[in-house]
Amino acid sequence: MSEATEATRFEPKESVAGQPFWDGSREGRFLVPWCTSCGEPHWFPREACPHCLSTEIEWREAAGTGTVYAVSVMPKPGNPMMAGREPYAVALVELTEGVRMMSEVVGGDPWTVAVGDPVTLGWEPLSDGRQLPVWQRAGDA
Amino acid sequence: MPHHPLRGAAAIVGVADDVSPTGMIEGTNRAIEARVIRAALDDAGLTLADVDGVFCNMGPGWAPSMELAEYLGIQARYTDSTTTGGSSFEIHVEHAAAAIALGLCEVAVIVYASTPRSDRKLRGGGGYRSRQTMGVTPTAEWELPYGLRMPMGAYALAASRHMAEYGTTSEQLAQIAVSTREWATMNPRARYQDPITIDEVLASPMQATPLHLLDCCLVTDGAGAVVMTSAERARDLAKPPVLVLGVGTCHTHNMISEMPDLTTTGAAVSGPKAFGIADVKPSEVDVAQLYDSFTITVLLLLEGLGFCPKGEGGAFVADGALGPGGSLPANTTGGGLSYTHPGQFGIFLLVEAVKQLRGECGPRQVEGADVAVAHGSGGVLSAMSTVVLGTEATR
Repeated sequence: MSEATEATRFEPKESVAGQPFWDGSREGRFLVPWCTSCGEPHWFPREACPHCLSTEIEWREAAGTGTVYAVSVMPKPGNPMMAGREPYAVALVELTEGVRMMSEVVGGDPWTVAVGDPVTLGWEPLSDGRQLPVWQRAGDA
Repeated sequence: MPHHPLRGAAAIVGVADDVSPTGMIEGTNRAIEARVIRAALDDAGLTLADVDGVFCNMGPGWAPSMELAEYLGIQARYTDSTTTGGSSFEIHVEHAAAAIALGLCEVAVIVYASTPRSDRKLRGGGGYRSRQTMGVTPTAEWELPYGLRMPMGAYALAASRHMAEYGTTSEQLAQIAVSTREWATMNPRARYQDPITIDEVLASPMQATPLHLLDCCLVTDGAGAVVMTSAERARDLAKPPVLVLGVGTCHTHNMISEMPDLTTTGAAVSGPKAFGIADVKPSEVDVAQLYDSFTITVLLLLEGLGFCPKGEGGAFVADGALGPGGSLPANTTGGGLSYTHPGQFGIFLLVEAVKQLRGECGPRQVEGADVAVAHGSGGVLSAMSTVVLGTEATR
Protein backbone atom coordinates (compact mmCIF):
# COMPACT_ATOMS: atom_id res chain seq x y z
CA MET A 1 0.00 0.00 0.00
CA SER A 2 1.27 3.40 -0.96
CA GLU A 3 1.17 6.61 1.09
CA ALA A 4 -1.01 9.46 -0.10
CA THR A 5 1.22 11.61 -2.29
CA GLU A 6 0.93 14.28 -4.93
CA ALA A 7 -0.85 13.11 -8.04
CA THR A 8 1.64 12.47 -10.83
CA ARG A 9 -0.92 11.43 -13.45
CA PHE A 10 -4.45 12.30 -14.36
CA GLU A 11 -6.20 10.38 -11.59
CA PRO A 12 -9.66 9.29 -12.69
CA LYS A 13 -12.80 9.50 -10.61
CA GLU A 14 -14.36 6.12 -10.00
CA SER A 15 -17.60 5.22 -11.72
CA VAL A 16 -20.06 3.09 -9.79
CA ALA A 17 -19.44 0.24 -12.24
CA GLY A 18 -15.67 0.58 -11.93
CA GLN A 19 -15.43 0.83 -8.14
CA PRO A 20 -14.75 -2.90 -7.55
CA PHE A 21 -11.78 -2.65 -9.89
CA TRP A 22 -10.31 0.29 -8.02
CA ASP A 23 -11.00 -1.32 -4.65
CA GLY A 24 -9.10 -4.40 -5.84
CA SER A 25 -6.23 -2.29 -7.06
CA ARG A 26 -5.63 -1.04 -3.50
CA GLU A 27 -4.72 -4.61 -2.57
CA GLY A 28 -2.86 -5.32 -5.78
CA ARG A 29 -5.70 -7.51 -7.03
CA PHE A 30 -6.24 -7.18 -10.80
CA LEU A 31 -9.96 -7.77 -11.27
CA VAL A 32 -11.91 -8.13 -14.50
CA PRO A 33 -15.72 -8.29 -14.72
CA TRP A 34 -17.30 -11.50 -15.98
CA CYS A 35 -20.95 -12.14 -16.73
CA THR A 36 -22.13 -15.25 -14.91
CA SER A 37 -25.14 -15.48 -17.19
CA CYS A 38 -23.38 -15.77 -20.59
CA GLY A 39 -19.89 -16.53 -19.25
CA GLU A 40 -18.11 -13.71 -21.09
CA PRO A 41 -15.67 -11.18 -19.62
CA HIS A 42 -15.89 -7.55 -20.65
CA TRP A 43 -13.87 -4.36 -20.41
CA PHE A 44 -14.55 -1.50 -19.56
CA PRO A 45 -16.60 -2.24 -16.42
CA ARG A 46 -20.35 -1.84 -16.82
CA GLU A 47 -23.46 -2.39 -14.72
CA ALA A 48 -24.83 -4.73 -17.40
CA CYS A 49 -23.08 -7.26 -19.62
CA PRO A 50 -22.59 -5.85 -23.15
CA HIS A 51 -23.13 -9.32 -24.59
CA CYS A 52 -26.47 -10.22 -22.99
CA LEU A 53 -27.58 -7.32 -20.72
CA SER A 54 -27.47 -9.51 -17.62
CA THR A 55 -26.61 -7.66 -14.41
CA GLU A 56 -25.08 -10.78 -12.85
CA ILE A 57 -21.50 -9.50 -12.89
CA GLU A 58 -18.73 -11.29 -11.01
CA TRP A 59 -15.26 -9.83 -10.54
CA ARG A 60 -12.51 -12.39 -11.08
CA GLU A 61 -8.79 -11.99 -10.59
CA ALA A 62 -7.08 -11.94 -13.99
CA ALA A 63 -3.72 -13.55 -14.78
CA GLY A 64 -1.97 -10.23 -15.37
CA THR A 65 -0.54 -11.35 -18.68
CA GLY A 66 -1.23 -10.15 -22.18
CA THR A 67 0.15 -9.01 -25.51
CA VAL A 68 0.49 -5.61 -27.17
CA TYR A 69 -2.39 -5.29 -29.66
CA ALA A 70 -1.47 -1.78 -30.84
CA VAL A 71 1.05 0.81 -29.70
CA SER A 72 1.96 4.44 -30.26
CA VAL A 73 4.86 6.37 -28.75
CA MET A 74 4.05 9.89 -27.60
CA PRO A 75 6.99 12.26 -28.23
CA LYS A 76 4.97 14.98 -26.49
CA PRO A 77 2.70 14.65 -23.45
CA GLY A 78 -0.96 13.89 -24.15
CA ASN A 79 -2.08 15.90 -21.15
CA PRO A 80 -0.31 18.27 -18.76
CA MET A 81 0.06 15.55 -16.10
CA MET A 82 2.27 13.56 -18.48
CA ALA A 83 4.77 16.39 -18.98
CA GLY A 84 8.30 15.13 -18.35
CA ARG A 85 7.38 11.50 -18.96
CA GLU A 86 7.70 11.73 -22.75
CA PRO A 87 8.55 9.75 -24.75
CA TYR A 88 6.24 7.02 -23.51
CA ALA A 89 4.43 4.11 -25.14
CA VAL A 90 0.63 4.01 -24.97
CA ALA A 91 -0.68 0.59 -25.89
CA LEU A 92 -3.84 -1.39 -26.24
CA VAL A 93 -3.08 -4.58 -24.32
CA GLU A 94 -5.01 -7.75 -25.04
CA LEU A 95 -5.33 -9.69 -21.81
CA THR A 96 -5.00 -13.47 -21.74
CA GLU A 97 -8.67 -13.46 -20.71
CA GLY A 98 -9.52 -11.93 -24.12
CA VAL A 99 -10.49 -8.37 -23.25
CA ARG A 100 -8.50 -5.35 -24.38
CA MET A 101 -7.58 -2.27 -22.36
CA MET A 102 -5.67 0.94 -22.90
CA SER A 103 -2.51 1.21 -20.83
CA GLU A 104 1.17 2.12 -20.92
CA VAL A 105 4.14 -0.17 -21.49
CA VAL A 106 6.73 1.05 -18.98
CA GLY A 107 10.24 0.26 -17.86
CA GLY A 108 12.06 -0.07 -21.18
CA ASP A 109 12.83 1.80 -24.38
CA PRO A 110 9.40 2.97 -25.53
CA TRP A 111 10.52 3.26 -29.18
CA THR A 112 11.06 -0.51 -29.35
CA VAL A 113 7.66 -1.60 -28.01
CA ALA A 114 6.03 -3.57 -30.83
CA VAL A 115 2.68 -5.11 -31.67
CA GLY A 116 2.69 -8.71 -30.42
CA ASP A 117 5.11 -8.15 -27.54
CA PRO A 118 4.15 -10.24 -24.49
CA VAL A 119 3.68 -8.11 -21.37
CA THR A 120 2.94 -8.62 -17.71
CA LEU A 121 1.04 -6.43 -15.26
CA GLY A 122 2.65 -3.82 -13.08
CA TRP A 123 1.03 -1.27 -10.79
CA GLU A 124 1.65 2.44 -10.51
CA PRO A 125 0.45 3.91 -7.20
CA LEU A 126 -2.01 6.79 -7.33
CA SER A 127 -2.09 9.45 -4.60
CA ASP A 128 -5.17 8.03 -2.86
CA GLY A 129 -4.02 4.44 -2.42
CA ARG A 130 -5.53 3.17 -5.63
CA GLN A 131 -3.18 1.71 -8.22
CA LEU A 132 -3.17 2.16 -11.98
CA PRO A 133 -2.43 -0.89 -14.14
CA VAL A 134 0.60 -0.55 -16.41
CA TRP A 135 2.48 -3.25 -18.31
CA GLN A 136 6.06 -4.37 -18.74
CA ARG A 137 7.96 -6.51 -21.22
CA ALA A 138 10.08 -9.39 -19.97
CA GLY A 139 13.67 -8.24 -19.62
CA ASP A 140 12.83 -4.55 -19.24
CA ALA A 141 13.79 -2.95 -15.94
CA MET B 1 -54.97 8.63 -53.27
CA PRO B 2 -51.98 6.35 -52.69
CA HIS B 3 -50.94 5.97 -49.08
CA HIS B 4 -47.95 7.81 -47.73
CA PRO B 5 -44.96 5.43 -47.84
CA LEU B 6 -44.58 5.76 -44.06
CA ARG B 7 -48.15 4.70 -43.34
CA GLY B 8 -48.03 1.37 -41.55
CA ALA B 9 -44.39 0.83 -42.45
CA ALA B 10 -43.10 0.47 -38.88
CA ALA B 11 -44.49 -0.73 -35.54
CA ILE B 12 -43.72 -0.52 -31.83
CA VAL B 13 -43.28 -4.11 -30.63
CA GLY B 14 -41.92 -3.89 -27.09
CA VAL B 15 -42.25 -1.45 -24.20
CA ALA B 16 -41.15 -1.17 -20.58
CA ASP B 17 -40.93 1.47 -17.92
CA ASP B 18 -39.50 1.57 -14.42
CA VAL B 19 -41.12 3.74 -11.76
CA SER B 20 -41.86 3.42 -8.05
CA PRO B 21 -44.32 4.99 -5.59
CA THR B 22 -41.30 6.11 -3.57
CA GLY B 23 -40.46 8.40 -6.45
CA MET B 24 -37.04 6.83 -6.60
CA ILE B 25 -35.57 3.93 -8.57
CA GLU B 26 -32.30 2.15 -8.05
CA GLY B 27 -29.15 2.33 -10.05
CA THR B 28 -27.06 4.60 -12.19
CA ASN B 29 -28.67 6.02 -15.30
CA ARG B 30 -26.80 3.54 -17.46
CA ALA B 31 -27.84 0.61 -15.27
CA ILE B 32 -31.46 1.73 -15.43
CA GLU B 33 -31.28 2.16 -19.19
CA ALA B 34 -29.86 -1.34 -19.58
CA ARG B 35 -32.62 -2.69 -17.35
CA VAL B 36 -35.55 -1.11 -19.20
CA ILE B 37 -34.05 -1.94 -22.60
CA ARG B 38 -33.77 -5.57 -21.57
CA ALA B 39 -37.36 -5.54 -20.30
CA ALA B 40 -38.64 -3.97 -23.53
CA LEU B 41 -36.69 -6.48 -25.63
CA ASP B 42 -38.09 -9.33 -23.50
CA ASP B 43 -41.55 -7.85 -24.03
CA ALA B 44 -40.93 -7.99 -27.78
CA GLY B 45 -39.33 -11.42 -27.78
CA LEU B 46 -36.12 -9.92 -29.16
CA THR B 47 -32.53 -9.82 -27.86
CA LEU B 48 -29.73 -7.29 -27.77
CA ALA B 49 -28.21 -8.93 -30.84
CA ASP B 50 -31.27 -7.93 -32.88
CA VAL B 51 -30.85 -4.21 -32.18
CA ASP B 52 -29.25 -2.13 -34.93
CA GLY B 53 -30.76 1.30 -34.29
CA VAL B 54 -30.01 3.38 -31.18
CA PHE B 55 -31.87 6.50 -30.08
CA CYS B 56 -30.72 8.34 -26.96
CA ASN B 57 -30.93 12.05 -26.19
CA MET B 58 -28.69 12.39 -23.13
CA GLY B 59 -25.45 11.03 -21.80
CA PRO B 60 -22.36 11.95 -19.82
CA GLY B 61 -20.22 12.89 -22.81
CA TRP B 62 -20.61 14.49 -26.21
CA ALA B 63 -22.26 11.66 -28.19
CA PRO B 64 -25.30 10.19 -26.39
CA SER B 65 -26.32 7.47 -28.85
CA MET B 66 -22.73 6.42 -29.53
CA GLU B 67 -21.89 6.21 -25.82
CA LEU B 68 -25.00 4.17 -25.11
CA ALA B 69 -24.36 1.82 -28.03
CA GLU B 70 -20.77 1.26 -26.92
CA TYR B 71 -21.92 0.55 -23.38
CA LEU B 72 -24.44 -2.02 -24.64
CA GLY B 73 -22.04 -3.51 -27.20
CA ILE B 74 -24.30 -2.56 -30.11
CA GLN B 75 -22.79 -1.81 -33.50
CA ALA B 76 -25.43 0.60 -34.70
CA ARG B 77 -26.53 0.94 -38.33
CA TYR B 78 -28.82 3.79 -37.40
CA THR B 79 -27.98 6.36 -34.74
CA ASP B 80 -29.84 9.35 -33.38
CA SER B 81 -28.96 11.70 -30.52
CA THR B 82 -31.66 14.24 -31.36
CA THR B 83 -32.51 16.18 -28.23
CA THR B 84 -35.54 18.44 -27.97
CA GLY B 85 -36.34 17.97 -24.29
CA GLY B 86 -39.54 16.12 -23.42
CA SER B 87 -40.59 15.53 -27.02
CA SER B 88 -37.31 13.86 -27.96
CA PHE B 89 -38.80 10.39 -27.86
CA GLU B 90 -41.75 11.09 -30.13
CA ILE B 91 -39.28 12.56 -32.57
CA HIS B 92 -37.19 9.42 -32.17
CA VAL B 93 -40.25 7.34 -33.09
CA GLU B 94 -40.73 9.51 -36.17
CA HIS B 95 -37.11 9.08 -37.22
CA ALA B 96 -37.11 5.37 -36.41
CA ALA B 97 -40.25 4.80 -38.46
CA ALA B 98 -38.67 6.51 -41.45
CA ALA B 99 -35.42 4.59 -40.99
CA ILE B 100 -37.23 1.26 -40.70
CA ALA B 101 -39.47 2.05 -43.67
CA LEU B 102 -36.39 2.70 -45.78
CA GLY B 103 -34.51 -0.34 -44.53
CA LEU B 104 -31.79 1.71 -42.81
CA CYS B 105 -32.30 -0.32 -39.64
CA GLU B 106 -34.55 -3.16 -38.55
CA VAL B 107 -34.81 -3.01 -34.77
CA ALA B 108 -34.61 0.37 -33.03
CA VAL B 109 -34.32 1.02 -29.30
CA ILE B 110 -35.43 4.35 -27.82
CA VAL B 111 -34.55 4.88 -24.17
CA TYR B 112 -34.69 7.46 -21.40
CA ALA B 113 -33.68 7.38 -17.74
CA SER B 114 -33.38 10.17 -15.21
CA THR B 115 -33.17 10.17 -11.42
CA PRO B 116 -33.55 13.77 -10.21
CA ARG B 117 -35.24 12.78 -6.94
CA SER B 118 -32.56 10.27 -5.98
CA ASP B 119 -29.89 12.70 -7.08
CA ARG B 120 -31.29 15.32 -4.73
CA LYS B 121 -32.26 13.07 -1.79
CA LEU B 122 -29.31 10.70 -1.77
CA ARG B 123 -26.51 12.41 -3.62
CA GLY B 124 -26.82 16.12 -3.02
CA GLY B 125 -27.72 17.00 -6.58
CA GLY B 126 -25.63 16.82 -9.67
CA GLY B 127 -28.09 15.15 -12.02
CA TYR B 128 -26.61 13.78 -15.20
CA ARG B 129 -23.15 15.01 -14.40
CA SER B 130 -22.92 13.39 -10.98
CA ARG B 131 -20.86 10.31 -10.33
CA GLN B 132 -23.89 8.45 -9.07
CA THR B 133 -25.66 8.79 -12.39
CA MET B 134 -23.37 8.83 -15.37
CA GLY B 135 -20.99 11.68 -14.70
CA VAL B 136 -17.73 9.75 -15.04
CA THR B 137 -17.21 8.99 -18.68
CA PRO B 138 -15.48 5.72 -19.56
CA THR B 139 -12.93 7.80 -21.45
CA ALA B 140 -12.02 9.76 -18.31
CA GLU B 141 -11.82 6.64 -16.18
CA TRP B 142 -10.07 4.16 -18.49
CA GLU B 143 -8.17 6.16 -21.11
CA LEU B 144 -7.20 9.64 -19.88
CA PRO B 145 -4.70 8.42 -17.23
CA TYR B 146 -2.46 7.05 -19.97
CA GLY B 147 -1.91 10.33 -21.82
CA LEU B 148 -2.70 9.27 -25.37
CA ARG B 149 -2.36 12.38 -27.54
CA MET B 150 -5.75 13.09 -29.03
CA PRO B 151 -6.91 12.72 -31.63
CA MET B 152 -3.74 11.66 -33.44
CA GLY B 153 -2.82 8.98 -30.90
CA ALA B 154 -6.01 7.01 -31.54
CA TYR B 155 -5.32 6.91 -35.26
CA ALA B 156 -1.69 6.11 -34.60
CA LEU B 157 -2.76 2.99 -32.70
CA ALA B 158 -4.80 1.90 -35.72
CA ALA B 159 -1.86 2.61 -38.02
CA SER B 160 0.46 0.55 -35.82
CA ARG B 161 -1.92 -2.38 -36.01
CA HIS B 162 -2.34 -2.09 -39.78
CA MET B 163 1.42 -2.00 -40.26
CA ALA B 164 1.91 -5.06 -38.05
CA GLU B 165 -0.84 -7.09 -39.69
CA TYR B 166 -0.40 -6.10 -43.33
CA GLY B 167 3.09 -4.66 -43.71
CA THR B 168 1.80 -1.21 -44.53
CA THR B 169 4.63 1.35 -44.55
CA SER B 170 5.07 4.99 -43.54
CA GLU B 171 5.98 5.71 -47.17
CA GLN B 172 2.60 4.40 -48.32
CA LEU B 173 0.76 6.54 -45.77
CA ALA B 174 2.87 9.52 -46.81
CA GLN B 175 1.83 9.00 -50.44
CA ILE B 176 -1.76 9.74 -49.41
CA ALA B 177 -0.68 13.16 -48.10
CA VAL B 178 1.36 13.76 -51.27
CA SER B 179 -1.53 12.89 -53.63
CA THR B 180 -3.97 14.99 -51.63
CA ARG B 181 -1.60 17.96 -51.76
CA GLU B 182 -1.45 17.62 -55.56
CA TRP B 183 -5.18 18.41 -55.63
CA ALA B 184 -4.63 21.36 -53.28
CA THR B 185 -2.19 22.91 -55.76
CA MET B 186 -5.26 23.42 -58.00
CA ASN B 187 -7.47 24.89 -55.28
CA PRO B 188 -6.83 28.59 -54.66
CA ARG B 189 -8.75 28.41 -51.37
CA ALA B 190 -6.63 25.58 -49.93
CA ARG B 191 -4.62 26.32 -46.80
CA TYR B 192 -1.50 24.72 -48.30
CA GLN B 193 -0.95 24.80 -52.07
CA ASP B 194 2.72 23.88 -52.54
CA PRO B 195 3.47 20.30 -53.58
CA ILE B 196 5.16 18.00 -51.03
CA THR B 197 7.21 14.81 -51.30
CA ILE B 198 7.17 11.54 -49.40
CA ASP B 199 10.52 12.47 -47.86
CA GLU B 200 9.09 15.75 -46.59
CA VAL B 201 6.19 13.92 -44.95
CA LEU B 202 8.58 11.47 -43.29
CA ALA B 203 10.87 14.31 -42.16
CA SER B 204 8.03 16.27 -40.57
CA PRO B 205 7.89 16.04 -36.76
CA MET B 206 6.58 12.79 -35.29
CA GLN B 207 3.24 13.37 -33.56
CA ALA B 208 2.45 9.87 -32.30
CA THR B 209 4.27 6.94 -33.87
CA PRO B 210 3.88 6.14 -36.71
CA LEU B 211 2.11 9.39 -37.72
CA HIS B 212 4.09 12.49 -38.71
CA LEU B 213 2.83 16.06 -38.76
CA LEU B 214 2.03 15.84 -42.48
CA ASP B 215 0.03 12.64 -41.88
CA CYS B 216 -2.32 14.80 -39.79
CA CYS B 217 -5.11 17.16 -40.82
CA LEU B 218 -4.98 20.91 -40.47
CA VAL B 219 -6.63 23.02 -37.82
CA THR B 220 -8.44 25.87 -39.60
CA ASP B 221 -11.68 27.81 -39.48
CA GLY B 222 -14.34 26.69 -41.93
CA ALA B 223 -18.07 26.32 -42.49
CA GLY B 224 -20.43 24.67 -44.95
CA ALA B 225 -24.12 23.94 -45.56
CA VAL B 226 -26.24 21.59 -47.67
CA VAL B 227 -29.87 22.00 -48.78
CA MET B 228 -32.05 19.02 -49.72
CA THR B 229 -35.52 18.64 -51.22
CA SER B 230 -37.45 16.03 -53.17
CA ALA B 231 -36.01 14.81 -56.46
CA GLU B 232 -39.18 16.04 -58.12
CA ARG B 233 -38.92 19.57 -56.80
CA ALA B 234 -35.19 19.59 -57.44
CA ARG B 235 -35.81 19.56 -61.20
CA ASP B 236 -37.20 23.10 -61.18
CA LEU B 237 -34.47 24.75 -59.12
CA ALA B 238 -31.45 26.80 -60.10
CA LYS B 239 -28.75 24.12 -60.37
CA PRO B 240 -28.70 20.62 -61.84
CA PRO B 241 -29.85 18.26 -59.10
CA VAL B 242 -27.45 15.87 -57.45
CA LEU B 243 -29.36 12.78 -56.41
CA VAL B 244 -28.82 10.89 -53.17
CA LEU B 245 -28.47 7.39 -54.58
CA GLY B 246 -27.58 5.52 -51.43
CA VAL B 247 -26.77 5.97 -47.76
CA GLY B 248 -25.36 3.75 -45.03
CA THR B 249 -24.17 4.20 -41.47
CA CYS B 250 -22.43 2.12 -38.83
CA HIS B 251 -20.79 3.01 -35.55
CA THR B 252 -18.71 0.35 -33.88
CA HIS B 253 -17.44 2.07 -30.70
CA ASN B 254 -16.90 5.46 -29.09
CA MET B 255 -13.44 5.15 -27.49
CA ILE B 256 -10.52 3.81 -29.52
CA SER B 257 -9.85 1.18 -26.83
CA GLU B 258 -13.29 -0.30 -27.58
CA MET B 259 -12.87 -0.53 -31.37
CA PRO B 260 -13.48 -4.21 -32.11
CA ASP B 261 -10.77 -4.51 -34.80
CA LEU B 262 -8.40 -1.58 -35.30
CA THR B 263 -7.99 -2.35 -39.00
CA THR B 264 -11.72 -2.65 -39.83
CA THR B 265 -13.98 0.38 -39.60
CA GLY B 266 -17.75 0.57 -39.78
CA ALA B 267 -17.24 1.59 -43.42
CA ALA B 268 -17.22 -2.15 -44.11
CA VAL B 269 -20.91 -2.05 -43.15
CA SER B 270 -21.95 1.46 -44.23
CA GLY B 271 -20.26 1.22 -47.64
CA PRO B 272 -21.84 -1.99 -48.91
CA LYS B 273 -25.19 -0.77 -47.58
CA ALA B 274 -24.94 2.56 -49.41
CA PHE B 275 -23.64 0.96 -52.61
CA GLY B 276 -26.37 -1.65 -52.40
CA ILE B 277 -29.14 0.94 -52.11
CA ALA B 278 -27.54 2.95 -54.92
CA ASP B 279 -27.00 -0.14 -57.08
CA VAL B 280 -23.51 1.16 -57.74
CA LYS B 281 -20.22 -0.74 -57.49
CA PRO B 282 -17.14 0.88 -55.95
CA SER B 283 -15.48 0.49 -59.37
CA GLU B 284 -18.16 2.76 -60.86
CA VAL B 285 -17.30 5.70 -58.57
CA ASP B 286 -15.82 8.60 -60.54
CA VAL B 287 -14.68 10.73 -57.61
CA ALA B 288 -14.39 9.98 -53.89
CA GLN B 289 -14.41 12.33 -50.91
CA LEU B 290 -13.02 10.25 -48.05
CA TYR B 291 -12.66 11.78 -44.60
CA ASP B 292 -8.95 12.47 -44.28
CA SER B 293 -8.41 13.39 -40.67
CA PHE B 294 -5.20 11.40 -40.98
CA THR B 295 -3.57 9.48 -43.80
CA ILE B 296 -4.41 6.17 -42.08
CA THR B 297 -8.08 7.19 -42.06
CA VAL B 298 -8.13 7.29 -45.86
CA LEU B 299 -6.35 3.95 -46.14
CA LEU B 300 -8.83 2.26 -43.79
CA LEU B 301 -11.76 3.79 -45.68
CA LEU B 302 -10.47 2.60 -49.07
CA GLU B 303 -10.41 -0.95 -47.70
CA GLY B 304 -13.68 -0.69 -45.80
CA LEU B 305 -15.60 0.74 -48.74
CA GLY B 306 -14.26 -1.93 -51.08
CA PHE B 307 -12.09 0.21 -53.35
CA CYS B 308 -9.39 -2.38 -52.64
CA PRO B 309 -9.20 -5.63 -50.66
CA LYS B 310 -8.58 -5.47 -46.91
CA GLY B 311 -4.89 -5.14 -46.15
CA GLU B 312 -4.02 -3.85 -49.65
CA GLY B 313 -4.65 -0.14 -49.05
CA GLY B 314 -0.93 0.60 -48.93
CA ALA B 315 -0.26 -0.92 -52.34
CA PHE B 316 -3.41 0.69 -53.75
CA VAL B 317 -2.32 4.25 -52.93
CA ALA B 318 1.40 3.79 -53.62
CA ASP B 319 1.26 4.70 -57.32
CA GLY B 320 -0.72 7.90 -56.79
CA ALA B 321 -4.12 6.37 -57.43
CA LEU B 322 -5.81 9.06 -55.36
CA GLY B 323 -4.18 12.03 -57.10
CA PRO B 324 -4.93 13.88 -60.36
CA GLY B 325 -5.02 11.38 -63.21
CA GLY B 326 -5.19 8.47 -60.79
CA SER B 327 -7.65 5.57 -60.91
CA LEU B 328 -9.68 6.97 -57.97
CA PRO B 329 -9.54 10.77 -57.76
CA ALA B 330 -10.03 11.47 -54.05
CA ASN B 331 -10.32 14.51 -51.80
CA THR B 332 -10.14 16.85 -54.76
CA THR B 333 -10.25 19.99 -52.60
CA GLY B 334 -7.00 19.02 -50.96
CA GLY B 335 -8.98 17.47 -48.14
CA GLY B 336 -8.57 17.85 -44.43
CA LEU B 337 -4.86 17.37 -44.95
CA SER B 338 -4.35 20.46 -47.15
CA TYR B 339 -7.63 22.35 -47.79
CA THR B 340 -9.34 22.94 -44.44
CA HIS B 341 -10.24 21.09 -41.22
CA PRO B 342 -12.21 22.93 -38.55
CA GLY B 343 -12.60 19.75 -36.48
CA GLN B 344 -15.53 18.12 -38.26
CA PHE B 345 -14.78 17.84 -41.97
CA GLY B 346 -17.88 15.96 -43.18
CA ILE B 347 -19.79 18.93 -44.60
CA PHE B 348 -16.90 19.75 -46.96
CA LEU B 349 -16.97 16.20 -48.37
CA LEU B 350 -20.59 16.71 -49.41
CA VAL B 351 -20.03 20.20 -50.84
CA GLU B 352 -17.12 19.08 -53.01
CA ALA B 353 -18.88 15.90 -54.17
CA VAL B 354 -21.82 18.02 -55.35
CA LYS B 355 -19.57 20.56 -57.08
CA GLN B 356 -17.72 17.75 -58.88
CA LEU B 357 -20.99 16.23 -60.10
CA ARG B 358 -22.11 19.65 -61.33
CA GLY B 359 -18.82 20.13 -63.15
CA GLU B 360 -17.96 23.29 -61.20
CA CYS B 361 -14.43 22.47 -60.07
CA GLY B 362 -12.32 24.25 -62.68
CA PRO B 363 -8.75 22.95 -62.99
CA ARG B 364 -9.38 20.15 -60.47
CA GLN B 365 -12.59 18.97 -62.16
CA VAL B 366 -12.78 15.21 -62.72
CA GLU B 367 -14.04 15.06 -66.30
CA GLY B 368 -17.44 13.45 -66.80
CA ALA B 369 -17.99 12.63 -63.13
CA ASP B 370 -21.45 11.09 -62.71
CA VAL B 371 -21.08 9.13 -59.47
CA ALA B 372 -19.45 10.44 -56.29
CA VAL B 373 -19.00 9.11 -52.79
CA ALA B 374 -18.80 11.27 -49.68
CA HIS B 375 -17.77 9.24 -46.66
CA GLY B 376 -17.61 10.75 -43.18
CA SER B 377 -15.80 9.39 -40.14
CA GLY B 378 -16.68 10.66 -36.68
CA GLY B 379 -15.14 10.25 -33.26
CA VAL B 380 -11.99 8.13 -33.43
CA LEU B 381 -12.82 5.90 -36.43
CA SER B 382 -16.05 5.41 -34.48
CA ALA B 383 -19.02 6.52 -36.57
CA MET B 384 -19.00 5.87 -40.31
CA SER B 385 -21.48 7.18 -42.83
CA THR B 386 -21.41 6.73 -46.59
CA VAL B 387 -23.37 8.83 -49.09
CA VAL B 388 -23.46 7.86 -52.78
CA LEU B 389 -24.42 10.75 -55.03
CA GLY B 390 -25.19 10.88 -58.75
CA THR B 391 -26.08 13.22 -61.60
CA GLU B 392 -29.40 13.10 -63.46
CA ALA B 393 -27.69 10.66 -65.84
CA THR B 394 -27.66 8.07 -63.04
CA ARG B 395 -31.40 8.34 -62.32
